[in-house]
Amino acid sequence: MTQLALVIDLNVCVGCHACVTSCKEWNTSGAAGYLSDDRPYDADPTGCFFNRVQTFEVGAFPDTQTVHFPKSCLHCEEPPCVPVCPTGASYKRAEDGIVLVDYDKCIGCKYCSWACPYGVRELDEHQKVMKKCTLCVDRIYDEKLPERERKPACVLACPTNARLYGDIHDPDSQVSQAIRENAGYQLMPEWGTHPANHYLPRRKTVIRIHADELQRADNPLKIDGKLPKPALKEPSLDDVTSW
Amino acid sequence: MNPAFSVIFLTTLIGAGQGLFLALYTGQVYALFDLLPAQDSRSFYAVGSAIALAFLAAGLVASFFHLGHPERAWRSAAMWRTSWLSREVIVLPAFMGTVFLYGAGHWLGWQSPLFSLPGGYPVDATLLLGAAGTLLCFGLFICTAMIYACLKFLREWHTPLTVINYILLGGASGFVLATAFSAAAAPAASGFFGGWAAVLTLGALTSRGASLVRNTRLKPRSTLATAIGVRHPRIVQKSQGFMGGSFNTREFFHGRSKAFLGGVKWGFLVLAFPVPLLVLAAGLAAGSPAILGGAFLVQYLGLMAERWFFFAQANHPQNLYYQAIS
Repeated sequence: MTQLALVIDLNVCVGCHACVTSCKEWNTSGAAGYLSDDRPYDADPTGCFFNRVQTFEVGAFPDTQTVHFPKSCLHCEEPPCVPVCPTGASYKRAEDGIVLVDYDKCIGCKYCSWACPYGVRELDEHQKVMKKCTLCVDRIYDEKLPERERKPACVLACPTNARLYGDIHDPDSQVSQAIRENAGYQLMPEWGTHPANHYLPRRKTVIRIHADELQRADNPLKIDGKLPKPALKEPSLDDVTSW
Repeated sequence: MNPAFSVIFLTTLIGAGQGLFLALYTGQVYALFDLLPAQDSRSFYAVGSAIALAFLAAGLVASFFHLGHPERAWRSAAMWRTSWLSREVIVLPAFMGTVFLYGAGHWLGWQSPLFSLPGGYPVDATLLLGAAGTLLCFGLFICTAMIYACLKFLREWHTPLTVINYILLGGASGFVLATAFSAAAAPAASGFFGGWAAVLTLGALTSRGASLVRNTRLKPRSTLATAIGVRHPRIVQKSQGFMGGSFNTREFFHGRSKAFLGGVKWGFLVLAFPVPLLVLAAGLAAGSPAILGGAFLVQYLGLMAERWFFFAQANHPQNLYYQAIS
């Protein structure tokens, strides 16, 4: 069993939206047709995106942190959006665990978006079908691309390598190791959806300094400054030099 | 959620149609056991079935306005094993077909007894069709309500009360309609239907009131802390990632003030329950089909407000991600 997924490292995401724009660029240019994008330079722009980067402030001033939070379909292992679909247009692929929408079967009833607690499905206002992240399924298996480019567009675009991609069911994969070793977690675990995408938490690098490290243990009298120069005949501190 | 009028019309119209059919069949069963005077099969049962069918058809038409691709609606019968919406799509036409046959049987006089119950009560084809229709009718109530009740993170909906409410509200609406119809077509039975309409309306008030009380006590299970996975009580969204609106900001929030929501709530609590009961009593006392029709209309307006509130009150956890533009 393979379960392809993204692992997003919130510790290094800088919120640059490169994943958003590269996602839109790739997915609006594919065989499935364009992603709607209305009034992009007018007062009320709107459009269909598979990926959003949001920003949250954690804590109260002055003790705050800014968390940039990329959000796309989590390709849940128990996707609540799939069983509710009346036509079978929403499905989870057995071979790689990607949750997809068959745009030719979708009737645009929006029920799947009601059934997704994460709000990652967006109705295309022009094609009137539900759309969502495909994990760039039209890229990752494309043998015409060099092998290192067979990754989702967002992963290739990320300048800080905050987005890792791989099979989370393979314990030796980069993503599994990252989840295991860096405390990867899932969003809204309370609903039992078992998202395949994981997030790596913000990690502060803290130097632990103990009290005895601030005080020289070999200076019990706390006399600082130059030590008196021993006479030529006297033994030196290291028994080698007298100067 | 942002209430869609197509779904409000669908659920209220088919509810009234289902209730009217149940009322007709209840009348027939009572008449079978000589508890009610028998009614004319053409002018009462056949015409009544036609009215019920008209409500069901109107609801079906309304539902198409909810779809992005109505021409593909036939596909939605495919996933009945997992999807309550798919089940509804199958049960609604099956129920409509049965109501049609029930009405046609009465119109064409399929009344030769097929067999007799102990005690010598004759069972004809319309009685069997009505029994099948009753099963399908309750099946349809359950399918419609479970579409909402099965979504576990929409906690305002995820309760057995949702199913009970749909059954009782639809039943009340249909029985009030049956009272108005019988006042014109079968005055001897209108008191019977009016009594049951009052009972169902009071029952619906009780169960809907219970769900309102339940919903005010709900505490959200998802918070920003679980939504982004940062364990901190104070998290504020600073940007949702885009400056304009999107599907997510339009579909999942009604965009009205709390006061407006409260107004709709008290509006439906008044319009759907006490006012129709009073008008019903006045109409029965006067024996006036017009006043009883007014009771149905007032209650229908109240039920539309009830359905609007039902959708608007449901707070989708995805809204946690869409709280601030920038």
